[in-house]
Parts: sequence; C-alpha cells; structure tokens
Amino acid sequence: MGKQKTVINGKRTKEEKRKYWKKSLKRDRFLILMILPVILYYIIFCYLPMSGLWMAFTQYKIGSGFQGLFTSDFVGLKWFRQFFHSVYAWRLVRNTFLLSFYSLIFGFPIPILFAIAVTQLRGKRLQKVIQVTTYLPYFISTVVVCGMINNFLSPSGGIINQLLGMLGIDSINFLSLPQWFRPIYVISGSWQSFGFNSIIFVAAIMGISPDLYEAMRVDGANKRKVIWHLVLPSIRPTIILLLIMTLGSMMSVGFEKVYLLYNPSVYETADVIQTYVYRQGIGSNNYSYAAAVGLFNSVINFGIVFLANRLSRKVTDTSIW
Amino acid sequence: MLKRIKNQTIGDLLFDCIVALLLFLAVVVCVYPFLYVVSVSISSGDAVNKGLVTLFPVDLNFDALKTVLQYGQLWTSYGNTLFYTVVGTVLNLLFTCLAAYPLSRKQFCLRKPLNFLLAFTMYFSGGLIPIYIVVTSLGLYNTRWSMILPVLVSAYNVMICRSAFESISDELFEEAELAGANDLVIMRKIAVPLIKPTLAVLALYYAVARYNDFFNAMLYISDKKLEPLQLFLRRILLEASSEIMQTTSVSMAAASKSSLQVRYVCIVVSVVPIMLVVPFVQKYLVEGTMLGAVKG
Repeated sequence: MGKQKTVINGKRTKEEKRKYWKKSLKRDRFLILMILPVILYYIIFCYLPMSGLWMAFTQYKIGSGFQGLFTSDFVGLKWFRQFFHSVYAWRLVRNTFLLSFYSLIFGFPIPILFAIAVTQLRGKRLQKVIQVTTYLPYFISTVVVCGMINNFLSPSGGIINQLLGMLGIDSINFLSLPQWFRPIYVISGSWQSFGFNSIIFVAAIMGISPDLYEAMRVDGANKRKVIWHLVLPSIRPTIILLLIMTLGSMMSVGFEKVYLLYNPSVYETADVIQTYVYRQGIGSNNYSYAAAVGLFNSVINFGIVFLANRLSRKVTDTSIW
Repeated sequence: MLKRIKNQTIGDLLFDCIVALLLFLAVVVCVYPFLYVVSVSISSGDAVNKGLVTLFPVDLNFDALKTVLQYGQLWTSYGNTLFYTVVGTVLNLLFTCLAAYPLSRKQFCLRKPLNFLLAFTMYFSGGLIPIYIVVTSLGLYNTRWSMILPVLVSAYNVMICRSAFESISDELFEEAELAGANDLVIMRKIAVPLIKPTLAVLALYYAVARYNDFFNAMLYISDKKLEPLQLFLRRILLEASSEIMQTTSVSMAAASKSSLQVRYVCIVVSVVPIMLVVPFVQKYLVEGTMLGAVKG
C-alpha cells in the first residue's frame, strides 16, 4: 500500500502516470467489473439523494421528479429560518436528545449487569438457554413490539391495566399521556435489546483467563471482590468502546418505534426530528421544508458520529469503522 | 471441593442469591409477554373478555386462531414477506460480496476512493425526503423492487465482509493467479467458500432486517397485493382494523368481543418463524457481534 502511494505521488511525468493507470485498470478489470453494480447502487440510492439535498434551499414542486431536485427556484435559507423560528425546533431537538439520553442511562448498564450474572452460572447448558431466551425480543419486528405495547397498555382489556385493577389502581391511558411516553419508549427499548447487547460483554468476560480467577480465589477474595477487581477492569475497554458507539447515534432515534407508538396527544414529549420530517414531507407535501429539517438532522448526526469516531480512535487505537 | 466450601462465606451466598434473582427476573421479563400472548390466543373468547387469562390458557379454544388462519390477506402478506426476505437476502449477500472482494484486494487501484465512497454513506445520508423522491421518480412506487433496491447493500456489512476476505492468506491468491485464474473465478471458487461463517452471520442479519422491514413498505407500498406481513400487522395491531372479523361468518357482536384475541393471534403467527430460527443460530450470533466489534 505505502509503496504504491509513493510511486503515484513521486515525481513522474504525465505520460508515466497515464501508463500506470492504463496498466492498473487493465489488470484490475475484473475487480472493476465486479464492483460496478455496487457503485451504481451507491450513486443512485445514496449520492443522488445526497446531492438532492439542494432542494432544502429551493422551492421544490411536487411532481417535478428528480430533475426538480436541481432545477427548482432558489429560496436561500428560507426553510431553515422558518424551522428555527417555529416552536418545533427546540421541542424536536429536546425530544430526540432526551429519548436517546434516557435510553443510554437506563439501557446501557443492564446488559453489563446481565452479562456478569449469566457468566456466574456453572452449567453451560442453563447459561445457553437463558441467553437464547433473552435474545429473542431483539429479533421481533418493531411493528410487533409496538403492537404488544399498545395492546398490553390498552385501558380496555390490556393486561397492565388489568393487573393494576387487581391492586385497586384505576386504569391509566398510558399512550395518550405525555409523561408516560419516555418511560414506555426507554423500558421497551431496554427490554428488546438487553439480551442481545450482553453478547459482547459475555464474550469479553469469558475471555478472562481462568488462572486469574484462581489466583484471586487463592488470595481469599470473595465473589464481590472478584467482580469488582477482576471482571469489571477486564471488560472496561469493551464498555468504553460500546459507550462511544452509542454516543455516536445520539441524535438518530429510531423513527419506526416513535412513529408507531405516538399520537397527537403525546407530541409534546414524543415527536422527534425524523417523525416531524415524515409528517411535513410525505404527510403534508412540504417537501423542501422537510428536506431542510432533515438536512439539519443529518449535519448534527455527521458531527456527532465524526466526534465519536475520533474519540474511539484516541481511546482504543481503532476507529469504529 | 472442600476448599470451595471453606471459601463460601455468607457474602458469597448472598451474591449467589442476587445473581439467581437477576437471572430469574431477566428470563421472566423476556418470556412472560410471549407466554401471555400465546395464552390469550388459545383461550376461549369469554375467558379473555372477563380478564381471566393472566398466565396460562383458560378453556383451551382455537376459534380465534382458525379465524385468523382462514383470512386470505394474512397469507398474501406472508407470501410477499417470504419473497422479499428470500430475494432480498440473496441480492444483499451478492452485492455485499461484489463490493467487499475488490475492496479487500490490496493492489486494487481504485481501492482508496471506493472505500471512501462507501464509508462516507455511514456518516452522512440524504435523508428521508430526497431518497423518497428518487425512489418514486424511478417508478418504483408500488412495485416489489421498492422493497429490495433501496436497501440493496449496507456499507457496515461490506466492511465486515471485507475484513473477512482480508484475513485469507495472500499465498492462496498468488497460487490461483499463477494458475491463471481471474478475480471472478478466485472469488467464487476460493474466497467465498473460505468466509462462509461470516456470510452466514451477514445472511442472518440481512434476513431478519428484510423480514421485519416496515419502513420501506410504509413509504412505497400501498397495494394490498404487494404488502408485506409488517404492514398487515400494523393495520391489525395498531390501527385496530377489524377486517379479519368482517370477513368471517361470526356475528358482529361476537366479532367485537374477540378483536383483542385476534390481534394476539396475529402476533403469534408472525413471531413463530423468528422463534424457530433464532435458537439454532445462536452460535453465529455470538460470532457476528464479535465481527462487528473487533473490526478496525
């Protein structure tokens, strides 16, 4: 790799460069042939939309197809101004951030705790069975998870309200009360992912050499001390790496779950940037305005992911990608 | 043995109790919702409405299950999902390999710029609206391709696949090249068979994503003949559609009674394939997460 680079950048005439490329392209013709369809895909479905973000600065007309992305009338920062002057800007940013933030605070420690607990088991079979059981929710579709939440929490016949009734508590219409949206989102999120997210911690704990355990036991350490002084320090790099990766997705809340769970009565706490973009764009045909809000979100995301990647490179010597 | 008992202090016993309690809780929390859904599905409508079902089925009864299984649209959407999952996953894997193999070859002259082309899409995207306009302008609205083409390949998975190809020893490639094989042959005959475990993991991830895909369906499919299972489920579970009851001979009164039950049956019917597959791929799951994490 390095060698090749110096050859290209070294002092060479145009003629030599041309020859080099001709030779390389000929040698690599099969590789190019292979990757050509993939490049086409990326150009059409990723880079064309990306350049289509130009529409955020124009007045896109419905039905003008993708030519309209580039040929509509220029309006400057009109849509951005409109967004930042609306009541939505702050609310959407706050909701998007808080849903991720609470998910991180409550969702992050659970897989670690679970991994530590499950690796304490001696029976490998039991350990496997417990693990599979906890992975299952991860593979259930968002629609089904939201369907379960919706029906479990239903004030008429939902199991949660039924159980509350047994305790003498009046039934609560959870999904139409703004104060319940975040807890529901966060708890169901951790429920769905804690088992799956624990896989990597379980693997890290299993990787600790048995000799180290033995040494600590011989020294008379009890189990609590083993966890504290051996297990936790050993999985610290894994914890940090995953924490950074999670931070990287801070402003990209899953659209589907919010979209499937929310309704106008809980917009105050539930509406996030993505759902607003959808309502404005596909719902109300304000394409350019919605694209502008989306661009705002993409730019923030880019910044956060970029920083997270930098941070991880610094901490672990490996970038996330 | 003796040593262990001696070390077993009260603190350790307490620790074991907490561990057991935690694990018990974890299992209950994961199993109970599904058990409850199954129990409601196969109890009698009366017992469900009176709120008698809380854990196990009461008055075993398969009427609701029969009603749902006789509903044609369920099978239409099931069939569509099967198509999207199988064709989608095969094309996903094909394109992932077609991208990953060239990018893994160190002498490939376009390696750097193309790597960047892919990696950049993980940082930045055009977002919902421009993608929607492009896809619909291509005439993909209400076609099966709208479920497959926009999600043809994931850059992240290409990176995983690329590092799997990179781990193959150079000598194998050199030998093949000396024997006169071109890259197409080398990939098919040598490289792909060697990274089968990685491909299995990627196939699993792609397949689950295609099976569960709701987002693209919601955006691009409105024709009921093309709708996947997830769209159907959304109508039944979240929009409380009573379409299933309306088509059966059951009287309206009885129908409204068992609508909750019908919803739970739909959950069971859609989740069963996943439940059957996941336990058998556990080994791959573990490998898969490690692939993603170790990647540099």
